Amino acid sequence: MGTGGAANLAVLEAALVASGTELTTVAMRRVDAAGGTGVLDLLRRLDIAVLPNTAGCRGADEAVLTARLAREALGTDWVKLEVVADERTLLPDAVELVRAAERLVDDGFVVLPYTTDDPILARRLEDVGCAAVMPLGSPIGTGLGIGNPHNIAMITEAAGVPVVLDAGIGTASDAALAMELGCDAVLLATAVTRARDPELMASAMADAVRAGRAARLAGRIPKRFWAQASSPDLP
Amino acid sequence: MIPLGVTVNGQDHEFAPGTSVRTMLGALGLPDTGVAVAVDGAVLPKSRWDDELGRGWTVEVLTAVQGG
Repeated sequence: MGTGGAANLAVLEAALVASGTELTTVAMRRVDAAGGTGVLDLLRRLDIAVLPNTAGCRGADEAVLTARLAREALGTDWVKLEVVADERTLLPDAVELVRAAERLVDDGFVVLPYTTDDPILARRLEDVGCAAVMPLGSPIGTGLGIGNPHNIAMITEAAGVPVVLDAGIGTASDAALAMELGCDAVLLATAVTRARDPELMASAMADAVRAGRAARLAGRIPKRFWAQASSPDLP
Repeated sequence: MIPLGVTVNGQDHEFAPGTSVRTMLGALGLPDTGVAVAVDGAVLPKSRWDDELGRGWTVEVLTAVQGG
């Protein structure tokens, strides 16, 4: 689960616990004397690992610096690499993303890039040494679900690294679908933190991820055009 | 003694010459764990926080916040 959008730390805590997450992502921003390091204290208390992200970064240089600062501040070389093109879409800038990923891999980071649902871009990110790929279902915060399930399936079929569906999840069925399509995990924040009841939605997401994963492993039946009776023929 | 002008997180401050980065953080009430320091666009590792501030430095002090 991500941490963005929660009304306060108490709401975030309840949602994180209900989701069962073991890893959560945090942004890097200027510290102020009043704000302190509250979210870090909370995550330490809950024993949830921290995955810093480069949210808000527009170019490779900015993202690389932010990742290095996060490594220094948090003592982890894992980074959720986010390089977005503009505020309106928050869509990844593919060219800058690959550039930043290459530099961070060379610098020893474990890079988890937020990317589009383009299977070829996912392959390029894997080729430069990313530890996972994190395609979007739809733009950040829209809750529009998985716009192109076939693209996500192509990514999961081809990938040699874990695939994490990141962004666009609106409700539990979207998370279940991501897992049915072969994703290894989902990363979501808004769908939970801005739900009417964040704690209940977090537990719904946990159930959905488990159900979707089980359905993937169980192997769904092929889709047929015509009906097929499930009862024996009448004598 | 000419005070040392530096910009920290967008605000102008003055310190006595010889002030270290670590002392500056304390003087501004900023935490020294869970934060990272950048000077003029490059990371200043913790191992160098006892270095003296340089005149005219642009310093950014970052921490983790909710987001993403």
